Amino acid sequence: MTKFPTPSIDWAALSPELALLGGAAVCLLVPLFLPHGWRRHFCAFVSIACFIGAGAAAIALFRMDETGTAIVANALRRDRLAELGQVLVIGSGLLTVGVSYAYVLRERMGEYYALLLTAAAGMCFFVSADDLMTMFLGLEWFSISLYILCAIAIEEVASLEAGLKYLIVGSFSSAILLFGSAFVYGATGVIGFEDIADASSGADSLFLVTGLAMIIVGLAFKASAAPFHMWTPDVYQGAPTPVTAFMSAATKVAALVLTMRLLVTAFPAQEHLWTISLAVIVCMSLAWGNVGALVQTDVKRLLAYSSISHAGFLLMPVAVATPLGGRALMYYLISYAAMSIGAFAIVAARERELARPVTLEGLAGMGWERPGMGAAMTLFMFGFIGLPPAGLFIGKFYAFSAAVDRGWAWLAVVGAIATVVSIYYYLGVVRAMYFQPAVRVAPAGGSPPRELALGTSVALAVVVTVGSFIAAQPLLDIATDAVSFLPFPH
Amino acid sequence: MLTSLLIFLPMAGALFVWIVPWPTARAAGGTALLVALAELVIWVNRALNFDYGNAGLQDSASHSWFSDLGVSYTVGLYDFSLWLVGLTIVVSTAAIAYGFWSGRERMGVYLGLLLFLEGATVGVFTAQDLLLFYVFWEAMMIPLYIAIGVWGGAGRVGATIKFVVYTLAGSLLMLVSVIALGLSAGTFDMRAIGENGSAWIFLGFAAAFAVKAPLWPFHGWLPDAYRESPPEVAAILSGVISKAATYGFLRIGLVFFPAVVDDWRTPVLVLATIGLVYGSLLAFRAPDIRGVVAYSSLAQMNLIVIGLFAVNDSGISGALLQMVTHGLISAALFLLAGAVERRAATGNLALLGGMARGRPILATVLITTGVIALAVPGSSAFAGEFLILNGIFTRGWGWALAGAVAIVLAAMYMLRLISAILHRNPGPTITEAALDLRPAEISIIVPLVAVLLALSFWPAAITDHSFGGRPAGTVGSQFEAAP
Repeated sequence: MTKFPTPSIDWAALSPELALLGGAAVCLLVPLFLPHGWRRHFCAFVSIACFIGAGAAAIALFRMDETGTAIVANALRRDRLAELGQVLVIGSGLLTVGVSYAYVLRERMGEYYALLLTAAAGMCFFVSADDLMTMFLGLEWFSISLYILCAIAIEEVASLEAGLKYLIVGSFSSAILLFGSAFVYGATGVIGFEDIADASSGADSLFLVTGLAMIIVGLAFKASAAPFHMWTPDVYQGAPTPVTAFMSAATKVAALVLTMRLLVTAFPAQEHLWTISLAVIVCMSLAWGNVGALVQTDVKRLLAYSSISHAGFLLMPVAVATPLGGRALMYYLISYAAMSIGAFAIVAARERELARPVTLEGLAGMGWERPGMGAAMTLFMFGFIGLPPAGLFIGKFYAFSAAVDRGWAWLAVVGAIATVVSIYYYLGVVRAMYFQPAVRVAPAGGSPPRELALGTSVALAVVVTVGSFIAAQPLLDIATDAVSFLPFPH
Repeated sequence: MLTSLLIFLPMAGALFVWIVPWPTARAAGGTALLVALAELVIWVNRALNFDYGNAGLQDSASHSWFSDLGVSYTVGLYDFSLWLVGLTIVVSTAAIAYGFWSGRERMGVYLGLLLFLEGATVGVFTAQDLLLFYVFWEAMMIPLYIAIGVWGGAGRVGATIKFVVYTLAGSLLMLVSVIALGLSAGTFDMRAIGENGSAWIFLGFAAAFAVKAPLWPFHGWLPDAYRESPPEVAAILSGVISKAATYGFLRIGLVFFPAVVDDWRTPVLVLATIGLVYGSLLAFRAPDIRGVVAYSSLAQMNLIVIGLFAVNDSGISGALLQMVTHGLISAALFLLAGAVERRAATGNLALLGGMARGRPILATVLITTGVIALAVPGSSAFAGEFLILNGIFTRGWGWALAGAVAIVLAAMYMLRLISAILHRNPGPTITEAALDLRPAEISIIVPLVAVLLALSFWPAAITDHSFGGRPAGTVGSQFEAAP
């Protein structure tokens, strides 16, 4: 019997994933032995502990790793880009637990938290992928968890529909990604990102370019960039709101971090092709997302279109492929993730209060009835536009700066025009909350309980949003460190 | 240090008013008013001790914000920006006092917004970093949006949408220009950015300023916003916020783009002249008080732009004097409009009239303000307009002629306004129950008029105490030497 050589495994580098997976196992098994009333609370606290532990591990790794190293037989990369991505995913997960705490599924809270942890673990794995195979594995890992999470409220048709749509469209995109990877492998004979760069410098073979295009398509699906965004509004609207909150933040982080890593590391020689095609995707996302959002009345759907437009803003710095762009992306993601979860958290709170989907009319008067929530939502909406005092303002400033710096001032102008369009619908939310008299909704049995956990999540999101504006320098230093290993072509 | 205090005292006051659970609305409002008065005292004290011979930056503070692009928090006062800051503080204090007196709903939130607006506007006039300027510029819009949208008149939703989309469309183009200018200069420090010859970058800035001022034909938002705002917000909007735009033309347009300003002088002057005459004509035909004041404001702002684009001592001095004068006039007129509307429940001139009889104080104050507004010789508005026309005369007598025509038109619309409110027979909406100005109103509006009268006697208070005395000579050089 021949002995199969096993690679040496850097367990420390995998500690965030391991912590999350361990938590998932606990959430699945232990509640079986607990009384019914305890299960929900137990799982939430286990999840919080695991997210904090994993986050601490990722932060410790970030502080330790001065340079990037390939680990586990060059399948994964242990570097600050991956670790910052992990911190963002884990932070999103942590805030999501707060949003989910008062969300009750009768029999399935254990599964809910387990899947949340698994999805986060998959994303942590995904952002550190260093070859096409681990990339695909990571993608499927977190996607499958998310498919189930979307459909987890099985009593609700909307949730099932969302899960099914996401499953079908998502599988399709995974297939495209896999097919593209096969093309690239066929053209170069290797799957490691750096190896692809070495093997492909020189001629752009037809196979390689086709594969690259298909990989971009597959990743753009996950980032919900137009024209690959069709699933986003339906899935965001139908999925349980805490799940939407998590997806809108964490999936974007994972997809964009990996997109940048892959394109910059594996395809520097094809830079003349993918930069311009990403720029086209940016323009389409900005146009489609913003125009689509104008006519929405359901707030979750509106935020879904907004997330499409933000995919455009986030891809802008990736498209310019400069160190300044990399910094812009990572910084933008920090405040975007916080604001996105915060906004969906407030929608979730309102949803529980009204016991029906939140439309713009349903927000009427909310600003006065719930001053804290109203002020936070106003901050998020002004922030999504890119107005101070939200960190996204600086994010947008950096993204535009990266474009101008590259000589693509036109892309910044497109971004500015898209922002003007977005004012209408973001302020529509503020308008609904403050300018219209409260529609007295029939309270479903007294006033809703104060949700401490959800309120804490919103407060944390506010702190990150405003804090990233005021203390921009330390976060920019972190973002700079994170992308300093990437071999940007410009 | 002191500049930062002027910016952040009102903002901190706003947060304080918002967060503390006040027992009564008047307690919250009173606190806001106290903060505004404290700010006023600080400014007056500073203005008395300011070193006017020194053309450099005073009371400056600087902290790095993010260093890789050279963006910093840098603020400070030039002698001429001191006057604009003063205008902001005086008008804001009057507006906050008026809002307090008129007992708006949710007063704490409302007056907090006005305080926040005051701080942001002071920030615009004192920021010495391009991005910081932009931050304050955008920060002005948020409280205005909410204040008009919540406390405005019946058509407020449409008015706010127009207002915000217009202003942000301009200011986002400015953001691109801010980035392009800052990156090409390698720093965002306004004292270190040298001259730039790019017409595109200039036009991005000009877009924002032209909308905010507004310059014809970018004024589509103006009538609705001025009509639907509460009177004290309209006072700030037309008195102060519009001046941020002309300040921008002066501090950014003329300083960083002298060659481009030279090339684009004729198109800008054509637009401004059309705006001046067109605004005056509309003011003459407007059916309501707010309409007259709004369109006269449009005309005056265009006149100020004409003065700036003369780019000589007389034009620029006149423009600065006119900025302050018009800010006070327009604020006083909007507050008076509010006083009349409060009594008659309408601003429609056809339904008003005869208010002079039995209301001597209202009549005196309105006529005094109106006469200054129509630039009667001896008034500060006359001094400002004379300097502007004198300055633009050297660029072509045709511009000055158009300006002179507009002064005649100003007399027509102002006298029409005065007579429609005060003279003729009492209108159907004027009852005996409509009292004269109350002591509170007097104590708010009369100080504004008193400042105007003082400036009429001594316009040199401003013209001799700014730009170190030589605007055109220093506009290009005064700002460059970074200490």
